[in-house]
Amino acid sequence: MKFNGENIAKYALMTVAFSAVASLLLIAVFIFKEGLPFMMKVGLKDFLFASDWDPLAGKFGIYPMIVASLWVTFGAMLIGAPLGIAGAIFLNEFAPPMMMKIIKPTIELLAGIPSVVFGFLGVMVLAPWIRATLGGPGLSVLAASIILGIMVLPTVLSISIDAIASVPNSYREGALALGATRWQSVYMVTIKAARSGIIASIILAMGRALGETMAVIMVAGNTVKVPHAVTDPVRTLTANIALEMANATGMAREALFATGIVLFMVIMVLNGIALSAIKGKARKK
Amino acid sequence: MIQASPAKITIRALRVFHGQEESLRGISLDIPANQVLGIIGPSGAGKTTFLRALNRLNDLVPDMHAEGQILLDGKDIYHPACDVVALRKRVGMLFALPVALPMSIYENVVYGPRLSGVRKKTHLDEVVERSLKAAFLWDEVKDRLRMSGLRLSGGQQQRLCLARVLAMEELEVILLDEPCSGLDPISTSKIEDALTILKERYTIILVTNNTKQAARVADETAFFLMGDMVEYGLTEKIFTVPDDKRTNDYVTGRFG
Ligand SMILES: Nc1ncnc2c1ncn2[C@@H]1O[C@H](COP(=O)(O)OP(=O)(O)O)[C@@H](O)[C@H]1O
Ligand SMILES: [Mg+2]
Repeated sequence: MKFNGENIAKYALMTVAFSAVASLLLIAVFIFKEGLPFMMKVGLKDFLFASDWDPLAGKFGIYPMIVASLWVTFGAMLIGAPLGIAGAIFLNEFAPPMMMKIIKPTIELLAGIPSVVFGFLGVMVLAPWIRATLGGPGLSVLAASIILGIMVLPTVLSISIDAIASVPNSYREGALALGATRWQSVYMVTIKAARSGIIASIILAMGRALGETMAVIMVAGNTVKVPHAVTDPVRTLTANIALEMANATGMAREALFATGIVLFMVIMVLNGIALSAIKGKARKK
Repeated sequence: MIQASPAKITIRALRVFHGQEESLRGISLDIPANQVLGIIGPSGAGKTTFLRALNRLNDLVPDMHAEGQILLDGKDIYHPACDVVALRKRVGMLFALPVALPMSIYENVVYGPRLSGVRKKTHLDEVVERSLKAAFLWDEVKDRLRMSGLRLSGGQQQRLCLARVLAMEELEVILLDEPCSGLDPISTSKIEDALTILKERYTIILVTNNTKQAARVADETAFFLMGDMVEYGLTEKIFTVPDDKRTNDYVTGRFG
């Protein structure tokens, strides 16, 4: 083997690539090593489906947090997905090209706003408004859903825009030549053809909403209780880890790692679905 | 010499511009009903632009505008009161690249009728069978109508597109833009056979890059060159004793 410049560059890059993969794997292994034994000890049923979380008293039920995460994520999608998809359709199919040139980068800029700023807006503006108009403490499922719904907009919008833009123009013309109106060609042909990309955008956004922590801690209220109304305060899985880790030792510490495993699994499954949706599209072509 | 009945489509001084460029330089032509008009000419001659003017698909192209008149049954299709959607249901089009829509064979065929509000299953079934038979595709797909149209071969997809056009109840004119350019010989001859039968009901305009195809199928032929219509007449005459030397050069293959 010769040590010329090319070889050195090749091995240097290989080392970097390996350490990137290795560090990710190590993190996953570490989380499982810390959390799995705990799950065995407490029992999966008492961990996932019990409603009492009181580490000091040895109670480790994360059911309220699971429900909270699902509510908040679902709520965020209820707001972010229709807005994002409708926006993508409008920008691609109906808006003048100028508008796309201005709005798309603007929305993508939204993705760069730190989540603490979104959280701050939520605390200062949204929560007081909810408290005043709908009652409850203001910090709530609803507040978290709205803030997260806005935070995932760039994801939904930019991936959906790409999916719709990649529908061949000949599909549109084919439909229009058959006497479809602009709108009929959009919902009977364009959306159908872009379907898998749009689904992928929603699932990736779900993963983002589920994993978001800082903004959620600030606006969700953090009470460990199964919610009954959208104005109830809740604590999500991510918030639970962040809030408890400072003084967690022993079993409590392991419980947080186990919570991490639950999050990890859910997000893996979501990403898997997103990937297969994208691949499904590639296969059909 | 050409026709006694009034023209189905009357075109007067049609000029089409792409930005500054004049792609059609004043075409005037009377297209009679119930026959096949062949349009031949080298690529870039304006054949596609001409066809797309007839169903106003050119409207979608930014920076493009048309001047002159196109009358369908005596009515100006560029008149502000003309309903473009209704026009496109009367003037169907087949593209060079077959575009089966991303749905089943059955749904592809009933797409037009569904747009017009036809819901009755028995009626739609009938339309599917009639149209696929007229497009000479029925025998190949009758057992798999629920399969995605995208999984058919190119030649089958083109015939599916023809069936889709034929399924439209309001259809009067069929525009074909080099419909056989990428097809196998069997599909090509099936489409040609279909056209010679279909002209009894419809007015057909066939753009083709294959002069032999025009000679086989067209009753009359027009030769386009660089945005002008050089010559127009009975197919037989165009291919044997054309008036213009350029036409003669093109049909005999002595042309760049
Ligand atoms: N979308 C378009 N934008 C700009 N110019 C175009 C467009 N479509 C066609 N043209 C121009 O119009 C002329 C005729 O093209 P076309 O009608 O496609 O010819 P043909 O179908 O005979 O090959 C060509 O010079 C081409 O450059
Ligand atoms: Mg062409």
